[in-house]
Amino acid sequence: MEGTLTVKVARSEGPVEYQVPARANQTVLDVVSYIQRELEPGLAYRYACRVGMCGSCAMTVNGRPRWTCRTHVAKVARRGVLELAPLAHLPVLRDLVTDMAPFFEKWRKALGHFRPREAPEGEIPDFALIPPASPERQQADAGIECIGCGVCHAACDIVGWNPDYLGPAALNRAWTLVNDLRDGAGAERLAAVAGDAGCHACHSTQSCTAVCVKGLDPAAAIAGLKRRIFWQDPFGWGGG
Amino acid sequence: MIRPTRSHPAWIGFLVHRLSGLALALFLPVHFWALSRAIEGEAALDRFLAWTEDPLVKASEGVLVVLLAVHLAGGLRVMALEFLGWRARQKDLVAASFGFALAVGLLFALHVG
Repeated sequence: MEGTLTVKVARSEGPVEYQVPARANQTVLDVVSYIQRELEPGLAYRYACRVGMCGSCAMTVNGRPRWTCRTHVAKVARRGVLELAPLAHLPVLRDLVTDMAPFFEKWRKALGHFRPREAPEGEIPDFALIPPASPERQQADAGIECIGCGVCHAACDIVGWNPDYLGPAALNRAWTLVNDLRDGAGAERLAAVAGDAGCHACHSTQSCTAVCVKGLDPAAAIAGLKRRIFWQDPFGWGGG
Repeated sequence: MIRPTRSHPAWIGFLVHRLSGLALALFLPVHFWALSRAIEGEAALDRFLAWTEDPLVKASEGVLVVLLAVHLAGGLRVMALEFLGWRARQKDLVAASFGFALAVGLLFALHVG
């Protein structure tokens, strides 16, 4: 690839267009870094690892949320044009940087942290022996590789319609822990995600699964939570 | 233009399910009104039934049948997804639900007249 690339950046003060040299095997993050280093030192953007591990460089690329460090320009540019914007559904701090606090607050609300199971009365707590190949562990492992990039949250229409909705990432985390045999907060966690803004708000549009950069299936996790909560009290006799 | 985050079969399936549901909900009062013609007496009902023989009304009836079929198939797909955890081949399931609706519509068209 040769020539120049037109990059339209939705900056805080308004859209700005830059001309960037087009190079072979260039990622979107390379392009943003070029703009910041050579053309616009004041451009704010976020990244850390550059190798698809940390989940901090996600932004909207030509209308779709993506991890920019692992997105090749050749794959997403349309007629030599890239349109960059911050992730949707989160407050913008400046330029391409969003405030991730509301996103991780939803993880907290969904009880997205591991809480070890208590040992039975009178017994000494021990390591849980769970074979990695067991079906239970496989189910927990299915969604465990989430890097918290916020791409699914940005792509979810329901988050757009109801900002309180916990969203696919937090619910995927909750489902992962519900399936973790070492965790002891299952019932409390299911109650935390069963509210109006919880898993039942999902309309199964499955955009989260379509955009997940790690190839996870948050839509399946949400369906799993719905199913588990339903079978806890199928006829509503539990007074819940 | 459809947003890039929405350009996948499951989202189209969701949209069609939602729009068909809304259209059916709007039709429901008309359906009850039609039934109420029977209470008005035999002549009123016969007049109404004669009107439904109009080709344009028959065509809209066909649309209604397709809407019902696509809503039923889409609903079954979502229930399979949520209750059975049936995740594999969602794209095929969306296509199958649309195919079912089309087949029902064609079957209805064969029986018209």
